[in-house]
Amino acid sequence: MEAILHGVQGYMYPNEVELQWSILIVLYPFITGLVAGAFILASLERVFKVEAVKPTYRLALLTALAFLIVAPLPLQLHLGHPERAFEMFLTPHTTSAMAMFGFVYLWYLMAVLVVEIWLEYRRDIVLAWRASTGVKRHLYGVLALGSDNISPRALAIDDKVGKFVTIVGIPSAFLLHGYVGFIFGSVKANPWWSSPLMPVVFLFSAMVSGIALVLLMYVFFSWLRRTAVDMLCLDTVAKYLLYAFLIDFSLEMLDLVHRIYEADESFRALDFMVHTKLYVSQIVIQIYIGTLVPLALLGLAQLVKLGERARRAIYTIAAGLTLVGIFAMRWNVVIGGQLFSKSFLGYTTYKMGFATREGLLPAIVLMILPFILLWGLLKLLPPWEKEGAAEAKPLA
Amino acid sequence: MTALDKDKSHLYRLALLFAAGFLAFLVLRAVMVPKGFGRYGHFRAGALTDIRSLPVSYAGRAACADCHSDIVDMRKGSLHAQIGCEACHGPLEAHATDPDTTKPQLPDGRALCLGCHLENVAKPASFPQVDPKEHGDAGPCTSCHNPHHPEIS
Repeated sequence: MEAILHGVQGYMYPNEVELQWSILIVLYPFITGLVAGAFILASLERVFKVEAVKPTYRLALLTALAFLIVAPLPLQLHLGHPERAFEMFLTPHTTSAMAMFGFVYLWYLMAVLVVEIWLEYRRDIVLAWRASTGVKRHLYGVLALGSDNISPRALAIDDKVGKFVTIVGIPSAFLLHGYVGFIFGSVKANPWWSSPLMPVVFLFSAMVSGIALVLLMYVFFSWLRRTAVDMLCLDTVAKYLLYAFLIDFSLEMLDLVHRIYEADESFRALDFMVHTKLYVSQIVIQIYIGTLVPLALLGLAQLVKLGERARRAIYTIAAGLTLVGIFAMRWNVVIGGQLFSKSFLGYTTYKMGFATREGLLPAIVLMILPFILLWGLLKLLPPWEKEGAAEAKPLA
Repeated sequence: MTALDKDKSHLYRLALLFAAGFLAFLVLRAVMVPKGFGRYGHFRAGALTDIRSLPVSYAGRAACADCHSDIVDMRKGSLHAQIGCEACHGPLEAHATDPDTTKPQLPDGRALCLGCHLENVAKPASFPQVDPKEHGDAGPCTSCHNPHHPEIS
């Protein structure tokens, strides 16, 4: 406490000196955003018939699943006592938005993502079941729920049901991330957060980050597998990234202009914070490096006729910077909202630990974990077409 | 089973799996949610009886005043007049019930005071606060201040 007091400027209320929501709470909206965004990209192909993005469809679904499994872990680590988490299902507290997270999460995981992936992969699972032996055979047998019916009519039914699940999934993805924005937007005591625009801004930034992640994953795995990148697909994904980003940036600017014009009693305190403590993370990283540069790069690729290599490089750099920018946005919302005093007369500093429960190290581990899960999912359910898989021997 | 049913059988299995999961949840809920939960609010009704049966630790200011009227008089008009006796002296129900066998401990005349009066920028300026390195001679605060009426005129 004494150490943190040295980072205090002006007047802080005693309970504001030390930040309660750490980097783990920054990770939570970042990760759920990636999930919602990846799913919305996947639904482009399924519901809106954007055939060009088909090569990313399965990869986007698996990416969404890998990140969704990790999404509650930062919260568990932050709160402690993970064994009590189940109680929010047993005795639901319907008037608390935070307590309802369990249901939002479970609905999205079980009723949407898992079912959609299962229906999409059922044919592959059955074929793998037929082709494999030993433990693998049992595993695929369980995944197929013991049913090996992949007749054309059964697959056509799967497709129909899958489409319905995706249609339900889109508002569910909106709900998941809109909900995360709502958690911040509804804190009326905090002028940095309290805004009805917050859920909408979170939603669009989620779409931006999810599309950018899938784009990067697609380029990375194409490179890793030494297969050619489908440029029509990449161009289309990059175009959607640009459109979603333009809407997201416009909304954020609308929020900013509104705050500047309204200039309520909190404005001077927040304006000072943005120009001092948050200058690097908000102005430099989020707005310049993480928004304007990728927007310019993506726009350039639309306006100027460039070669495949150049476009691929531009898209990769733009998507990477976009992820940095969206992470910075989450940081500025979560950490920024706790740096100023509600008296508007002082500021504190965020001191992040390293190998502590809420330090940098667990945050890094939590960011690596979804990629390990994704690797496992890709092994189990390869999203790319296998040569000759359809000719596998029938189940004995 | 018709041919169409056969082509949907995997979906029936999925539905069955979900139904089994839901059923397992209902069973778990019946077993794990404590009896009486939600009767008066979002808590276990039996907790009220449990808490009521816990031994009382604090006697309350009125019990102290019954015997220590001299201290009550001393505190009159002081900035400390409204502070509960047990806020400094600790829980004393046992002493109030049997004054002869249970004697209260005398609080530390320095650490206890600094708990409230240590200088801190977050405290209102009008609140009396000191930097112990500059104020006093490192001895107990009670050598100059009477804790029951600390103002020095």
